[in-house]
Amino acid sequence: MNIHEYQAKALLAEFDVPVPKGELALSVSDAVTAAKALGGDVWVVKAQIHAGGRGKAGGVRLCRSLDEVETAAKALLGSILVTAQTGEAGKQVNRLYIEEGLDIASEFYLSLLVDRENESIAFVVSPDGGMDIEKVAADTPDRILTVPIAADEVSVQESSSMAAILGLSDDQVDEFHQLACQLHHMFRQTDGALLELNPLMLTRAGKLVALDAKFVVDDNAIYRQEAVAELRDLNEEDPREIEASQFGLNYIALDGHIGCMVNGAGLAMATMDIIQLKGDRPANFLDVGGGVTVDAVCEAFKLLFSDDHVKAVLVNIFGGIVRCDIIANGLIEAIKTHPMRVPVVMRLVGTNEEEGRAIVKDARLDVRWADDLDQAAEFAVAASRGVVQ
Amino acid sequence: MSVLLDRHTRVICQGFTGKQGSFHSEQMIAYGTSFVAGVTPGKGGQTHLNRPVFNAVADAVEQEGAEATVIFVPPRFAADAIVEAAVAGIKLVCCITEGIPVQDMLRVKQQIADIDCTLIGPNCPGIITPGEAKIGIMPGHIHLPGRVGVISRSGTLTYEAVAQLTSTGLGQSTCIGMGGDPIHGMDFIDALKLFEADDQTEGVVMIGEIGGADEENAAEYIRDHISKPVVAFIAGATAPKGKRMGHAGAIISGGKGTAEAKFMALESAGVAIEHNPTLLGQRMHELLK
Repeated sequence: MNIHEYQAKALLAEFDVPVPKGELALSVSDAVTAAKALGGDVWVVKAQIHAGGRGKAGGVRLCRSLDEVETAAKALLGSILVTAQTGEAGKQVNRLYIEEGLDIASEFYLSLLVDRENESIAFVVSPDGGMDIEKVAADTPDRILTVPIAADEVSVQESSSMAAILGLSDDQVDEFHQLACQLHHMFRQTDGALLELNPLMLTRAGKLVALDAKFVVDDNAIYRQEAVAELRDLNEEDPREIEASQFGLNYIALDGHIGCMVNGAGLAMATMDIIQLKGDRPANFLDVGGGVTVDAVCEAFKLLFSDDHVKAVLVNIFGGIVRCDIIANGLIEAIKTHPMRVPVVMRLVGTNEEEGRAIVKDARLDVRWADDLDQAAEFAVAASRGVVQ
Repeated sequence: MSVLLDRHTRVICQGFTGKQGSFHSEQMIAYGTSFVAGVTPGKGGQTHLNRPVFNAVADAVEQEGAEATVIFVPPRFAADAIVEAAVAGIKLVCCITEGIPVQDMLRVKQQIADIDCTLIGPNCPGIITPGEAKIGIMPGHIHLPGRVGVISRSGTLTYEAVAQLTSTGLGQSTCIGMGGDPIHGMDFIDALKLFEADDQTEGVVMIGEIGGADEENAAEYIRDHISKPVVAFIAGATAPKGKRMGHAGAIISGGKGTAEAKFMALESAGVAIEHNPTLLGQRMHELLK
């Protein structure tokens, strides 16, 4: 789960990590009041959305007067921001963060993550702050350093190696070590999956400050991170994904034409892949999971049938724990309120497959049966193009 | 021979008396597994499914000679359950539980690093040696004792490959689901090593997916150490970026992590890559002719 920049900074401040002074604003007048309260003569008005690339998209504005703050807030609030990470549809800006402007001497990249290779928490640092770090990794990999943290705390040696690649002076190493320890402590205490400071800034006064902050909490640990869980902003999530998650369904909206319903994440991805192999694109990723109920399957079908992009539905179930009769009954329930407005191709194998097929056939539903996944994908692609085979 | 598991392996279940534990233990017993006992703290001394229940794994090891365990304990207790089993002397720990916090798994890997124990999972379907025994949740009837080893990060997609190997008559020596979590036990290389040394296994089907670098590492290993034919599929060629893995996660493996990169690494190591997940059995059939 993602949280907003201003929330991540509040979390950082709780763990004594230096962040600029700032205030949340939900209206234009809020924004001006916040700037007045912060004082000084330079402010930064920052759009709060769950996506990176805001600066380049005009979502971060430097203001040198209260009038400029007002103008920036007017322009941003309610607008749709399209960044490299939002997709074409963009995201609506509902919250602003007003920050004091600081004198920047240098900008660095710093992140913490769970390093799968080393099976530990690791820091990733680069002297090229404020840039697209993937591009840095591709173009100049020697300017990125990954430091897996071997013990429960960051060692002085580990901090020193990071400070060296950042080009910090000797008298800044202590401060950096303290910062690294605080960040690592926070990451462990809050079950972080990713903490990214891009940039981490060195002020002209020689202080290290988190100028931007992104924090992702491990979804599996939310049960014990109640304070972080409360920061969830449902406006930032796809409404269909929220609805699906309430029924224990794992759903991700995509931009193709074939709606998919599958059991298991790997098989769901493979189903998407074979649709592309056959020349079309999936409208979604949907894993109904192992403990699925008729209600949840019903909800899944409703999601697919109510999506205007969907031109055909492909159901691919390899029943192990999941019983095919539950899938069939879910479909029967769904069409009571959401008619089958597009062709449905079904491939049901495994536990209770005969029962599942019988339920659909007895209800005289016009579904196309496929013997295997390959055939199912072919039928679905043809159906989405309006071709009857 | 088969690897890791046969009909003589003495198996227990942690989380034995729960709904999932009960259902799947029954299935494992019906399949012919030497299922000797179960563990549920606080229910020691009872009998469940005609098997003794113990409070702790150590008791099951001492009194029933338990060698392998399957874990159905809820996520918040599962990490401790893995460690308990390893410390008690269980040699094969198979954790089915989905949803264990990733930092808990970092701790588990540290704690069991120096113990002689194989962890499979978590968030996996388990392991089966067809016709002999199964530890996990896979449907037994789709399997056929045979010639091909299967190692996979997925559950149901593994069943898909297994069904293909069964319908071509090749069958399976042993199938291992290593699970979908970022921090996990056994990986492709561990399994490939075992399959290479196993007489019954003539070829290996491996099923990977996007994220991490397990497949790339496996490719390097295969190039130098595996003589048997390997057929590989990577799921997620169409998966959107950033939805399942953060950007920083892609950096740390130096651009590794996409399906395309994994397919390429495997192909250059001499693996028979297959982009269509429904043709894995057929491809292996051609290679073993």
